[in-house]
Amino acid sequence: MNQRPLSPHLGVYKFAYTMALSIMHRVTGVANTVGFLVFAWWLMALASGPGSYAAAMGCLSTSIAKLLLVGFTFSFVYHFCNGIRHMVWDTGRGLERAQARRSGVAVIVAALLITTVIVWLGCAALARGAP
Amino acid sequence: MSLRTPLGRVLGKGSAGDGVGHWWVQRVTAVALIPLTAWFAIALLGKPLHSYEAMRGWLGQPWVAVFTILLAVTLAWHSWLGVQVVVEDYVHAKGTKTALLLLSTFLHFAAAVAAVFAVMILAVS
Repeated sequence: MNQRPLSPHLGVYKFAYTMALSIMHRVTGVANTVGFLVFAWWLMALASGPGSYAAAMGCLSTSIAKLLLVGFTFSFVYHFCNGIRHMVWDTGRGLERAQARRSGVAVIVAALLITTVIVWLGCAALARGAP
Repeated sequence: MSLRTPLGRVLGKGSAGDGVGHWWVQRVTAVALIPLTAWFAIALLGKPLHSYEAMRGWLGQPWVAVFTILLAVTLAWHSWLGVQVVVEDYVHAKGTKTALLLLSTFLHFAAAVAAVFAVMILAVS
C-alpha cells in the first residue's frame, strides 16, 4: 500500500461521545419521521369512525407497540432537546469542546427525565377509558 | 481575486445553486415545532386516549384543529427536509438516491394531506 496522506475521515478520530450524540440526532430524526406517519394514520383512524379508531388503538396497545412507543418517546424528546442545542450553536454560542460536552450530557439527562415523565403520564392516559 | 461573477455574488446562492433556503426553512420549522409539539404532547397526555368521543370532541374544537393542522404541516415539512439531507449524505448510487427522495416526498405529502384532511373532517362534522 502506498503511504500517501488521506483526507481525515471519521475513522481516524479518537471516539468521543459527542460523536454518538451527533449521529443520534439524525437517527432519531428518521425515527421521528416514522412517528409522524403513524400520527397521520392515527388521525385518519379517528376521522374514519369509532370502529377504525378502536382498531387503531388496539394496534397501539399491543406489547410490541407499547415498547416502540416508549422508544419513539425517547427518540422524539432527544431530538427536541438536541435540536435546541443545535439552535444555540447556530447563534455561535457553546461551540467550545468543554461546553459542547457539558451540553451533550445535559441533553441526555433531560431526555431521559422527560421520557420517564411522559411514559408515566402516557400510561395513565392510556388507562383512562381503556376497554 | 474572486472568480465569482458579480451576479453570483448578488444572488448569494453559492456553489450548490440554492443558497441557504433549505438550511433556513429547517430552522424556521424547528422553532415553530418547539411550542407546537410541546402543546400537543402535554394536551394529549391529559386526554382519555381510548375514548373515541372524547378524542373526537377535543380535536374537533376550532382552535385545537387549527393548531393540529399547523403541527402536521410543520412536522411534514421539517421531516421532509431532514430525510432529504440524510438520503443525500449517505446514499450515493444515483438511481437509489432519486428513488428514495421521490418516495420520501410522496410519503410526506400524502401523510400531510391525510392529517389535514382528517382534522378537517373532525372539525366540521
